[in-house]
Amino acid sequence: MARNAKKNWDADGRAVVGLVVNGQALEAAFAPHKTLLEVLREDLNLPGTKHGCELGECGTCAVLVDGKPMLSCLLLGLECEGRRIETVEAMSGPGGLHPLQKAFADLGAAQCGYCTPGILLTAKALLEANPNPSLAEIREALAGNLCRCTGYIKIFEAVELAAAWLRGEAAQPRHESLYGSDFDESGLLPVVRNGNG
Amino acid sequence: MTSRKRTRVVGRPYPKVDGAAKVTGQTKFADDIVLPRMLHCKLLRSRLAHARILSIDVSRALAAPGVVAVVTGRDLPIPFGILPVSQDEHALSTDRVRYVGDPVAAVAAVDEDAASDALAAIDVEYEPLPPVGTIEEGLRPASTPLHDYGDSGNIHKLVSMEFGHTDDGFARADRIYEDLFFYEGSTHLPLEQHAAVADFGPDGRLTLWSSTQTPHYVHRALSKVLAMAPSKVRVIATSNGGGFGGKSDVFNHEIVVAHLSRVTGRPVKICLTREEVFYCHRGRHPTLMKVRTGVKRDGAVTAMHFQTVLDGGGYGSYGVASTYYTGALQTVTYEIPAYRFDGARVFTNKPPCGPKRGHGTPQPRFAVEVQLDKIACDLGLDPVEIRRRHLHPRGTLTANFLRVGSMGLGACIDKVVAASGWGTRRGRLPYGRGLGLACSSYLCGAGLPIYWNSMPQSGVQLKLDRSGGVTVFCGSTEIGQGSDSILASIVAEVLGIDPFDIRIVTGDTDLTPVDLGSYSSRVTLMTGNAAIQAAERARAMLAAASAGKLGIPESRVALDGGRVFDAEDPGKGIAFPEAVALAESRFGTLGTVGSYSPPPSAGRYRGAGVGPSPAYSYSAAVVEVEVDPETGIYAVEKVWIAHDVGKCINPVLVMGQVEGSVYMGLGEAMMEEMAYRTDANGNVVHKFPSMLEYKSPTTKEMPPVETFLVEDPDDNGPFGAKEVGQGPLLPIPPAVANAIFDAVGVRIDEVPVTPEKIYRALKAKALGQPPRYGPAGFPPVPYPEPIHVPTPAEGGDGKAVDAAVTGAGGVR
Amino acid sequence: MMRLPKFRYFAPTSVREAVRIKSDSGPDGAFVAGGTDLYPNMKRRQQTPRVVIGLSRIPTLRRIRAGAEGAALGAAAALSSIEGHRRIRRDYPGLVRAITEISTPPLRNMGTLGGNVLLDTRCNYYDQTFEWRQAIDFCMKKDGAICWVAPASPRCLAVQSADSVPVLIALSARAVFVSAEGEREMPLDELYRNDGIHYLAKKPDELLTEIRLPSKGGWKASYRKLRRRGAFDFPVLSVGAALRQEGAVVSEARLVLGGVASAPVRLGRAEELLRGRLLDDGAIAEAADAASESSRPMDNTDFSFLWRKEMTRRFVAAALRELA
Repeated sequence: MARNAKKNWDADGRAVVGLVVNGQALEAAFAPHKTLLEVLREDLNLPGTKHGCELGECGTCAVLVDGKPMLSCLLLGLECEGRRIETVEAMSGPGGLHPLQKAFADLGAAQCGYCTPGILLTAKALLEANPNPSLAEIREALAGNLCRCTGYIKIFEAVELAAAWLRGEAAQPRHESLYGSDFDESGLLPVVRNGNG
Repeated sequence: MTSRKRTRVVGRPYPKVDGAAKVTGQTKFADDIVLPRMLHCKLLRSRLAHARILSIDVSRALAAPGVVAVVTGRDLPIPFGILPVSQDEHALSTDRVRYVGDPVAAVAAVDEDAASDALAAIDVEYEPLPPVGTIEEGLRPASTPLHDYGDSGNIHKLVSMEFGHTDDGFARADRIYEDLFFYEGSTHLPLEQHAAVADFGPDGRLTLWSSTQTPHYVHRALSKVLAMAPSKVRVIATSNGGGFGGKSDVFNHEIVVAHLSRVTGRPVKICLTREEVFYCHRGRHPTLMKVRTGVKRDGAVTAMHFQTVLDGGGYGSYGVASTYYTGALQTVTYEIPAYRFDGARVFTNKPPCGPKRGHGTPQPRFAVEVQLDKIACDLGLDPVEIRRRHLHPRGTLTANFLRVGSMGLGACIDKVVAASGWGTRRGRLPYGRGLGLACSSYLCGAGLPIYWNSMPQSGVQLKLDRSGGVTVFCGSTEIGQGSDSILASIVAEVLGIDPFDIRIVTGDTDLTPVDLGSYSSRVTLMTGNAAIQAAERARAMLAAASAGKLGIPESRVALDGGRVFDAEDPGKGIAFPEAVALAESRFGTLGTVGSYSPPPSAGRYRGAGVGPSPAYSYSAAVVEVEVDPETGIYAVEKVWIAHDVGKCINPVLVMGQVEGSVYMGLGEAMMEEMAYRTDANGNVVHKFPSMLEYKSPTTKEMPPVETFLVEDPDDNGPFGAKEVGQGPLLPIPPAVANAIFDAVGVRIDEVPVTPEKIYRALKAKALGQPPRYGPAGFPPVPYPEPIHVPTPAEGGDGKAVDAAVTGAGGVR
Repeated sequence: MMRLPKFRYFAPTSVREAVRIKSDSGPDGAFVAGGTDLYPNMKRRQQTPRVVIGLSRIPTLRRIRAGAEGAALGAAAALSSIEGHRRIRRDYPGLVRAITEISTPPLRNMGTLGGNVLLDTRCNYYDQTFEWRQAIDFCMKKDGAICWVAPASPRCLAVQSADSVPVLIALSARAVFVSAEGEREMPLDELYRNDGIHYLAKKPDELLTEIRLPSKGGWKASYRKLRRRGAFDFPVLSVGAALRQEGAVVSEARLVLGGVASAPVRLGRAEELLRGRLLDDGAIAEAADAASESSRPMDNTDFSFLWRKEMTRRFVAAALRELA
């Protein structure tokens, strides 16, 4: 018996589908031809997932489905029934930013910020599978996410930094990541803490 | 060199002020805006490259389900264009379409599906016209030119100018070199597709949110085309998901949704598809170049004659400026005592070209730097030395009257040469491996605004109140480059507070004073200077109000670390909010303003408006490649780049701009092509308007980059700062081509440098033919007689001399 | 936003049910597994099935089995699950290499082996939006009458572009199909036809359920792919090579080109040349020269077709050298 015969349909001909989005089980109603990308942005009020081509050619819309990076533009909402969807909205919580988010912010790995949600989630899946990835492994894992701003370099460095933090190491950004090589710092006064001049 | 004032906040690698919003997905981009009752717009675009519109029938579309309104060019007859001299666009084509993708009608419907479906129900009758597909075709006499203005036929613009006597210069030369180069067009490819939302309220006011780099220019165009008082129009630039120049023009869809909102009384949104973004374009002009350079045996240039022809696409856009830019900045790196430039731009039936990162200058820079490499080779000079020895002196005028201020190119060269091991490795690596060097310069803001006016190019307002809160208002536009953060760092430095204690409000024509926008690398220098002025004025008020409380003269009041205190007894002080409250008590409600206008330029000849800038940044790069001589397939193994940024306002943001520029330069150098084909029906179509077939580098192509930030402060820059957003792109394509030569001994005089071109050149070399791949000829271009401008060295005053006096003939 | 056309969606839970729905829906029906080929095509209106039959709820189609007697790979097994399968990695590293070169990591988490094996043929006159294709007045593969690649061509010249296929054929893989009439198995080699439209010798009702690989049996395979970038891009020339050697002598060779015709190109002459030879530079060069003659790419992919042809020799030689 076809699965869809059991599915609920609302009065407008929309499918009523059970999804687990960002840890929350919910029911969403949407037209059957809508992609997960459209469902997230238009029906679930989760616009953090961005889109750059809607044809699987840029990686911008990547989300985690059952923990794996997938392109929400090429998945039907219907195909996600019962699956665990994770979007950028769930990466941070009251406890603050995810280490990847903090590293991306600290290193300027998010310039325009548009490819960032997809890259953060893809990197999160990488670090969950491989806590200590080599640069080559980071490159490979992120090969499906285009970025036009950063040249990827700050992104690689941020993933390495966050990986170190997640391993419990007290890592700092490398000096040359922040200033380049051989930077002449003689023009800088020492940092002072707010209110303690 | 300017003495360096030591700084506390400026120069520190703070995270971007909008960083947290961006890493949490909270930044609202234009397509994230959803308003109640909002309609969705789709544009019907021309499927013919060149045609007359005979009729448009929208009746079937109007009757389609979900459709609320359909509009055509008749509804919006007033033309617009970014430059006052090129008002050649319509929101929807009125009588003529000029490229595949030119919008002809628009639908507003209850959802995107309904709007898309309705497009098929719009009936357009066309009369096809012969399309112009190439530069060569554009130079031919045309029976039906694309436009009824321009210099002749499909030639949009012709310029010719001579500085000093190039004939004498060539006569003095020991050798004269002539080379042809071609630089293919490329596009910005921001990840965010352009989007806009318009809301025409019942009060007769229009608000447009748009992913634009230039809200001020969009504001002007909306007011003009919609025939509305500018004061009734508000443009809010949403955070741009990448710009690179691609969102710095006014676009059809921005005007169309505004009009549709006015017609329907409901908010209207449009988000372009990726294919439509390719049709918006305004990217790099494909440029054919002929360069004739005379040199002495030591490599000193005696004269240069530089000729360009640009493939402009279907409309003017920034094209007149782009054309001048292909001749403007050759002079600011090495001394060129006599210089002639002939430029031409032709209209073709393709999406219009415009400004992409480096606007009009990467093409000539490629030619200059590759030719210099050839000259060095031929003269037996080190490519480093031919450049190092002939750097343009700081603090002087170029032959074309550009004022070179700080000039850190020598230091930049030294850094990359040392780090790359140039001295011991260049020319000595195994066959297939090679190093290439190239240098460049870029402006820090165009000296003149796009439309003539004598008002400031940038304005900043500062609001302070008893909460201790400081808000900066500025019309600048955050496109990912970090302009909001620059404002925060600069104001924080002057007021001695933390940048994260400052709220930044930008890119809103109702709320923020005018700034011309994020283009021409102008933002840090211009908004920075305006912000310093506003902040200094606020600082003076705080100092005056606090001096009494501290019992010291105003001159001794210091602001730092969130305190206002006695510079001679730092323990004696008050908290910053208290100082603000004192100032508010004394002066009333607190607000200050700052503004910036660039210094007047020295050139006064026609065309002198393009090129002058308050300051010039400098870059040098060495690229290492590994080439497989069997196939031509190569990889860029490493890039060393040094950039003279004057002063880092925030080094980690500077690093990001350098690395991003290197990346984009590599994309152009290696693979990116805005390619077209003329199909069997004679229609000119974009070959593959998709992210898959427009090849932009992935993580796999990006080599390690070692960056050196060189600080040669410029008197005109805020804290000495110069630009960094565009300049570091420029040396990359020529450095790649020069590295290929070092690796396998062939010259690729074309961008992109593809494996096949290397393979062809290697085959030619094996057959004893010239070891080169590049253009074979330069078409006849009816350049006018040049205007003649005596150089500063000749005692010129910046004006062209009377043509009759020099016997040079008429100046058109 | 590019959106899908409207369709009815079914998610059968068994092969039998899937086949029945397909049979009921006739030419309007399309199976979908990963969706990474079909959905972009649907968004561009290259394919507009009214009924889409999702295969993701049929667990047997995702099964991967491998042992001494060979391997059976479920047609709906995600490409990344094959990449990550320990036994497959050990026994068929050439295949894993080819799969690793498909598109991008997130695509491989979605795309399936069956989807790649049945990948629609590609052409840069065809893989375009409806509006773009309208501008060129369409082509014979969809909505039009002629082939713009070669207007005199009586057939469509769209290109076989699946990374997995050359190596699978080189490894003598077989495909299993199920329809209402039952199950049949065929050598993968026989699945393809050199016609960009009718590129599969498969009945419309048949569902590809499994790819079977013979026992490793001394075979070694390699894969070489020409593309612009290290990710995303389809092959515009690819080589799958498999050899069995006795001592240093080649006892059997199977060589297949992809990305240069509407079907994979079996390099029979090159295979002949290698048989009984030492795999030395001379033999490799001869085989590569022979292969080059069989490579006739057309101007409808990235890179120029002349260069792609010229690269054939070198890519075949590289694939063989890896096995030497």
